[in-house]
Order: sequence, then C-alpha cells, then structure tokens
Amino acid sequence: MSRYIRNLIITLAVLVVLYGLNFVFAGRMISPYFSRILMLCGIAITMAVSLNLINGFTGQFSIGHAGFMAVGAYSSAYFSVNYGVRIAAALGDGTLGWIVALLIATLVGATCAAIAGLVVGVPSLRLKGDYLAIVTLGFGQIIVVFLNNIEAIGGARGYSGIPIVKSVFWIFLIAILTIVVVYNIVHSAFGRALISIREDELAAEAMGINTTRYKVMAFVISSAMAGAGGVLLAHFDGYLNPKSFEFIKSFEILIMIILGGLGSIVGSVLGAILLTILPEALRGFAQYRMVIYSLLLIVLMITRPQGLLGNTDAFKKWRARRRTKRDGETPVANSPAATKKEKG
Amino acid sequence: MSTFLQQLINGISLGAIYALIALGYTMVYGILRLINFAHGDVYMVGAFMGYYLAGGIGIRGAQMLMGNPDSNIFGRILAHGLLGGGVLQPSLITALVIMLLAMAICAAVGVIIERLAYRPVRKYSRLTALITAIGVSLLLENGGQVVFGADPKFFPELFQKRNLDLFGGASINTADIAVLVIAFALMIFLQLIVFRTKTGRAMRAVSFNLNSAKLMGINTDRIISFTFALGSAMAAAAGVLVAIRIPRIDPLMGILVGLKAFVAAVLGGIGNIPGAVLGGFLIGITETMVAGYLSSTYKDAVAFAILILILLFRPSGLLGSTVQEKV
Repeated sequence: MSRYIRNLIITLAVLVVLYGLNFVFAGRMISPYFSRILMLCGIAITMAVSLNLINGFTGQFSIGHAGFMAVGAYSSAYFSVNYGVRIAAALGDGTLGWIVALLIATLVGATCAAIAGLVVGVPSLRLKGDYLAIVTLGFGQIIVVFLNNIEAIGGARGYSGIPIVKSVFWIFLIAILTIVVVYNIVHSAFGRALISIREDELAAEAMGINTTRYKVMAFVISSAMAGAGGVLLAHFDGYLNPKSFEFIKSFEILIMIILGGLGSIVGSVLGAILLTILPEALRGFAQYRMVIYSLLLIVLMITRPQGLLGNTDAFKKWRARRRTKRDGETPVANSPAATKKEKG
Repeated sequence: MSTFLQQLINGISLGAIYALIALGYTMVYGILRLINFAHGDVYMVGAFMGYYLAGGIGIRGAQMLMGNPDSNIFGRILAHGLLGGGVLQPSLITALVIMLLAMAICAAVGVIIERLAYRPVRKYSRLTALITAIGVSLLLENGGQVVFGADPKFFPELFQKRNLDLFGGASINTADIAVLVIAFALMIFLQLIVFRTKTGRAMRAVSFNLNSAKLMGINTDRIISFTFALGSAMAAAAGVLVAIRIPRIDPLMGILVGLKAFVAAVLGGIGNIPGAVLGGFLIGITETMVAGYLSSTYKDAVAFAILILILLFRPSGLLGSTVQEKV
C-alpha cells in the first residue's frame, strides 16, 4: 500500500473516531465534569507539544508561551465576536457555518500568534540560556499588561460573550494536528537542524546551519500552535481574562514538558494529561491541594530529573529495537543533551 | 517640580527595596547559575515573620484584618503575645530588632531550602534546578496561603511615622528615610562581607569557578549555604521594610516584586553586586516616574520593557562583563 493512501486512511479514521466521540460527549453519556477535564487535557496537549518544539528539540529556553496563547485567544475571540458570528449566520447558523467560522478564527489566532512570535523571536533569539528565558518571560508579561489595558477586548475585567464552541472533535483535531506537525518537523531535515542546534550551537553553525533562522522558524511555528491552543481556550468557556495568561501559566506548560521529559512528544502528551488531572485528583485535599502539587513537583525533580520519558521517545525506541532485531546493529544512542551538565 | 521630586523620593525608596531583593538573586546566580524563583517568596516570608514577631512581642495593631485570631498558632501568638504582650513599645529600635530576627529566620529558611531542594538537584542540568526553584516558589506561595491565611494582613506601625516637608513642596515620610538608611547600611554590610572577609573571598572564588574553588580547599557546600543565608536575610529585610512603608501583606506579595527584583539583577548584570543595586534603583525610579507621569496601569510593563531593551543592546547587563564563548 502506498504511503499516501495509508496516511489518508489513518487521517479519515481519526476524523471519524473524533466525530464519533463528539457525539458521545455531546449526548451527555459522560459526565460534563469528566468531558470538561478531557477537553482541557486536549488544550494542554496542544500547548505542551508546541512548547516542546522550541524548548525540547531546539534547546532554546522559552518561558513566555502563555503570552502567545493569549495573543491567539484574544485575536480569535475578537474575530469570532465581530465577524465569526456573522459568517456563521450567513451560512445558516448550523454546524457547517460554525465549522467555517471556527476554522477562520483558528487561522486568525494562529496567524496573529505567529506574527507575535516573529516580533518576539527575531530580537530575542540572539540571546542564549537564562537571558532568553527572561526576555521571553518579559514579553509574556508585557502582552498581559497590554491585554489589561485594551478596552475593546474587555481590559482587566476580562472578555466575555465569545461564542462557545465546546467540542471534543475540534479540540482533539488541533491537538493531534500539533502532534503530527511537531513529529514530522522533528523527523525531517529541518528537525535535524533544530536538534543539532540543541546539541551544540557552535558546531551546528560550523556545519553551515543558519542557526538564527532555524531558531526563529521553530519559534514562530511553536507560537502559531500555541495561538491555536489559545483559540480553543477562548471558545471553550466563552470568557477570557488576562490573569489566566500570566507567567504562572507559562510555568505550568513548562512543567508539563519537563515532567514528561524534554524532547519527547509522548512525554509532553503524558505530562500535559498528568498535570491537568493532578490538581483535579487532589481536590479531596481541599486547601492542601496546591501544597501537595508543588511538593510532588520538587520530589519528582529530585528523583527523576530527566522527566518521565526524558529524551527517549517510547515509540522511537520501540522502532529502533525492532530495527536492531532485524538488522542486528546497535542503534545510535540518543545523546541526552537536556540532562547534560553545563560545561565549566 | 514638586511632583518630580516626590516621585523621585518614592522611586528611590522603592528602588532600595528592589535592590535588596536583587542582591539575593544576583549572589545565588553568580554562584550556582540558578535563577532562584523562590527568592521573591522568601521576601514574603520575611514580611510575615516581621508581622508575627511584632505580634509576638505585643505591639498593638498587629491584628488580622479578617478571621478569628485563635484559628491557628500564629493567630494565637499574635493575639496574646509570646511574652504576655506589651513588652516592647513601638520605636525604631523595636523595628530594628524585629527586622533582624526576621532576617535570621529567613536566613535559616534559605539554608533549609538550599539543603533540601537545591542541593540534591545540583548535579543535574540547570533546567532541573530551575523547575525545582519554581516548585519551591509554588510551595512557599501555597503553603503561605495555608499557614498564614490567604487574606491580606495589616502590618502594625513599628514606629511613629511622620511626614517631613521638604523644599519645593515635596515631603518625605520617616518610613522612607528609615528604609533608605537601613537598606544602604545592609548594602554596605554586604559589600564588606563579600570584599573584605575570607568567606567573601571564598564566595567570589566559587562564583568564578566552582570546581577550581573546590580544588583550592574551599568547602563549596558551606559557601553556597552561606550565600543563600545572606541573600535570604536581605530579602527578609526588604520584606519588613516594605511592610513598614506599605502596611499590607499577603502570601502572594512576593511574585511580582520578586520578578521585578530579578529583572533589576539582570539589568545591572546578573552575578554583579553593584549591578544589582544599580538595577534596583533604576527599576524603582522608572516605575514610579511612569506611574506618576504616564499611566499606573502600564508601570508593570516598564520594568520588562527596559530589561528587553538592555538585553538586546547589552546582553550582559549594565555592569556585567561579556564572556567570550569558547569551543
């Protein structure tokens, strides 16, 4: 079977399954609380996997991811409130109308976030390590301050009245799309360039890789996907508040990918699910919930610093093992750059 | 003119506090290359320790804004006093004693944090250490909400505050004078420790190269602990001083202030002690100027905007030295 046909079949199967799930969830066969957490997991996966592209695979330490999420969320919300409603109405206000409206809103959000990523990335990606981290943090905070001050999108009161499109289908479509895009990037020449930048930037440059260009490209793509995650969040509750995009949110996403293991897509997905469920699971402890959460985080960092699946994609490992069995050669070991100790 | 002078005074007073906190950030970064995100929360703990100590020695006014004072151990100490109440009268000396005690407690807190959380991850990547720091920060914030209560508290007046009129219509509060004098005294004290003592020399050696310092027979673990103690004590002093100036404290007060103090440290050149002080004053003054002349809603963005500009044009900060990258 040719590759394209196989991919086409997989795509169709995923769409059908998601569409089916959508009916299961819409039909209230599953408690709204559970479906809400599931959908939040989907949004978290989008955010974590997209951040992993820049932090895990390119090795550039960004902690302003929530800022790009905010740009995507607010721009798409503005679009939906002012134009999306009209587009949906013009197409009969049915499912089709909303699919089109939301599709355009997603494009708008992702594009705006990508532009923000470009504006932030071009100057700041010249910096390295902690400095880059602080600059991205600073940009994230500045975005929040601006959101607080723009009256057209509600300012500090928050932006309400956004059309609500709560669907498992849509959220997981974006999440899966993010995973596929990141997976394909990482397994392409472009991705190998990114990984070489992570492993040794100077050596990568010596090999003729335009490191700044690659870093900015990865940053823009990552921002666009974060923007798409923001679009989902905006249309999830129909209400946005600048407070929810403070740097704490960026930290949360960062913790997800580090918990799961930097440079591991499966790990990011796992980390996103775990960190979304954990606070809910700890609800029984009432006020001690967040204390336990932070304690767990510290203990985990001490006992398993490389994260749950650090730098070892379970899937890749499995394939490598299969290939070894077949060809009888040892696979090239993954260099654990993220856990490597700094020189000097 | 009087507005300018007034804003300048406020800015310098605020800047002194940022500078004190920034010192802790910069020292820890200089030695461990670790952004100690929990530092801002140590500052919060310092303010709360001051609050409970003031209550403990029976200063009136140290009551909870809301809630039942008997609801937790701290509340009981506060309401009834450790020593039966009314031992010390509010005065500048009392304020100093409370501040020094809070500093001692926070120094211990800093050492414990380093020992339990940071030391075990020191052998791993810096990213791991950073996440641990975020974890400690979350722990202090959420633990603070559980232990101290989430509602804001009203810090008692440790000494009589008065407004002194200056030329040009501006006025300066005695609290601001106290903040400035104490902050400067602490900075000079720190400068003396770092540059005039044997321990200080060891600190500088460790920050220059940890492994070489170890080879020279320096007990690096002890120096790192000492650095944490020193930095945390400075943060606690800042916490008490802030509470004297603006008597409203809550468990999340350290987040934004800590972030801005960190920005101040980076601005001056992280790892550089005079740089942290300079950065602190710059951020403090600019912030109050923007709040006074432009818009107070944008003041939080200013610190970060300056930071980004500085880093883009002079990535090592104002006083930092550029390190050449070697292959």
